[in-house]
Amino acid sequence: MSESATLEALAIERDTGNFSYPEDYEHNAGVGLTEDTLKYISDIKGEAEWIREFRRRALKVFNSKPMPTHWASKDLENIVFDEIRYYLSKGQAPKQNWEDVPDDVKKTFERLGVPEKERKFLAGVEAQFDSESAYSNVKEALSKEGVIFVNSTAGLRDYPDVFRPYFGKVIPTGDNKFSALNSAVFSGGSFIYVPPGVKVKHPLQAYFRINAENFGQFERTLIIVDEGAEVTYMEGCTAPKFETATLHSAVVELVAMKDARIQYITVQNWSNNVFNLVTKRGIAHENAEIRWIDCNIGSRLTMKYPGVVMKGRKARGEVISIALANTGQHQDTGAKMIHAADETTSNIVAKSISVGTGISTYRGLVHIPKNLKGCRNNTECDALLINTNSVNNTYPAITVRGNHHATQHEASVSQVSEDQIFYMKQRGLNEGEAMSLSVNGFVNDLVREFPMEYSVELKRLIDMEMEGSVG
Amino acid sequence: MNQSLKIENLHVSVEGHEILRGMNLEVPKGQVHAIMGPNGSGKSTLAKAIAGHHDYEVTEGAVYLDGVNLLEMSVDERSRAGFFLAFQYPREIPGVSNANFLRAARQARLPKGQEIDAVAFYREMYAKMDGLGMDRKFTGRSVNEGFSGGEKKRNEILQMMMLEPQYAILDETDSGLDIDALKIVAHGVNSMRSADRSFLVITHYQRLLDYIVPDVVHVLFNGRIIHTGGKELALELEEKGYDWITKDAA
Repeated sequence: MSESATLEALAIERDTGNFSYPEDYEHNAGVGLTEDTLKYISDIKGEAEWIREFRRRALKVFNSKPMPTHWASKDLENIVFDEIRYYLSKGQAPKQNWEDVPDDVKKTFERLGVPEKERKFLAGVEAQFDSESAYSNVKEALSKEGVIFVNSTAGLRDYPDVFRPYFGKVIPTGDNKFSALNSAVFSGGSFIYVPPGVKVKHPLQAYFRINAENFGQFERTLIIVDEGAEVTYMEGCTAPKFETATLHSAVVELVAMKDARIQYITVQNWSNNVFNLVTKRGIAHENAEIRWIDCNIGSRLTMKYPGVVMKGRKARGEVISIALANTGQHQDTGAKMIHAADETTSNIVAKSISVGTGISTYRGLVHIPKNLKGCRNNTECDALLINTNSVNNTYPAITVRGNHHATQHEASVSQVSEDQIFYMKQRGLNEGEAMSLSVNGFVNDLVREFPMEYSVELKRLIDMEMEGSVG
Repeated sequence: MNQSLKIENLHVSVEGHEILRGMNLEVPKGQVHAIMGPNGSGKSTLAKAIAGHHDYEVTEGAVYLDGVNLLEMSVDERSRAGFFLAFQYPREIPGVSNANFLRAARQARLPKGQEIDAVAFYREMYAKMDGLGMDRKFTGRSVNEGFSGGEKKRNEILQMMMLEPQYAILDETDSGLDIDALKIVAHGVNSMRSADRSFLVITHYQRLLDYIVPDVVHVLFNGRIIHTGGKELALELEEKGYDWITKDAA
């Protein structure tokens, strides 16, 4: 495939997601959140009593917790929980064949290029439309090896022995207000199990699409990778631009058993009306590795700090994070690294770009307790400010106790210089192109960590974002 | 239409100080002119002002490129109209590879929807780099980052060769070059000389003009051209200095 063909095939632009189809839902939980809402969801899914109880308890926790407005953003106060619809679906089981997917849903994912990507380089795809997945398919060869890749409803219903022991264990319901909310009303998401020694060569992909207005999407993802196994999971997200606020609040739990490797890649491109409040955490057992590659370009407010609990000796955790905050956006992102065993290693590289009056915030937590030996952490956070009124905040909290550890922290803030832009313009690039190239240069070393297909897409997203931002 | 780069009564101020004070100069297409002059005479100001640098305010006058006033265009439009400036101090662009930068600059010259032929682009770039004695590993390195002075200047010439401007100003391209690098750079420029292209070579030293032989030499002093002659003028200046001309002008 030529490079230009690749570009075309992967053309998910910042604006490409800005369309929606008229609503036509079989199931609609209506606005507001009560025990009846939970029952409505459970009834549709035909859930077991333990799940119903899990949801009810979570709702109590959600209601009891205050809104965490005191540290990141007061903008959270603008979420009106009583005006949100918590469940919308067409009432059909996910299809394994695109031909069987309802027309408007199929068209949506075609416009986003999902089926095409699947043919080209993916081992499995889950495509979620509002509350439920519309399409779910994994290559036959993987199923034969025992790989499970289903949505959360099917995971808990069909494979309770596999998933129930870990469900809600990495991120307990009460972790924070939004993990509690998700636990109450979760629907969709991916449940994945990779058996010992199976190395899934091609990525598994999930695509999350919000189509409806004043709606909340609450997918739940649980990935368990057994001893010595490996998987790469990628998620993409888009929504149309609506006037009303939309809420996306996911919980993602990862478990990497001894010697396992998980790579979790996110390209978040929500429209600017979406509150994106996501809790992501993984547990890495002995000599296991969990890498979060997290890229946040869209949304109104994102609060997301992927974490790794390094529970086994020599476990490794890594967060590679790119955030771009344009005018009207606040990207509050970062990482949490909890060292809980000897000789564990963590690495955080975060780059954030603030454009116009956009606010980007790096918030990091690294914890190495006194009783451990030989732990290492490296934290690098770099910020690039495009305009003089752009804002960046950096809050690195690194707690290291004991004498047998190594930590390193570097931070920088830079601005694209006018002379650099002038030089590029003298070669014929317009202001937007020059800015794009500078910004792409700034994140270039991180973009290389992405699979090729995604780095191309990411570059396009940055180009789109920068083109509209200079005047 | 005049096929030339024509500078007409150009007045330029920097931070309120007038540096160019009614400068006139015309470089017809196909010719190479040199501008020489003592320090502070306004040589670099001329280059930056024509390119459209934000610190240089044109208070009066015009610069015509084949009859079209360049000063009414934005910086990037001037470039795409066929004007190139080889910088005295080229900027670094961290994270952007030389190849990607050149490609973006070439792409900017194509109509919307048309894509560069990547294979042909690389073939051409490698051939031109070979001619300038540049290692091919420079294609993957960030633009000018960590380059030596000589490498930066060679890179400027590479960019010029790839963008094929009709009018180019070389702003003290010889400064910081040893004699071997100077010969290579001069060879690159000479290989581009043609009836369709003009050069304005700004230099402090006559040495460069041994290798890029100009048709006309101008002396800039106090913001104006005070003397014009043939290529032998450069030698005369080298020998006698500027005093014999500037005395009259002062």
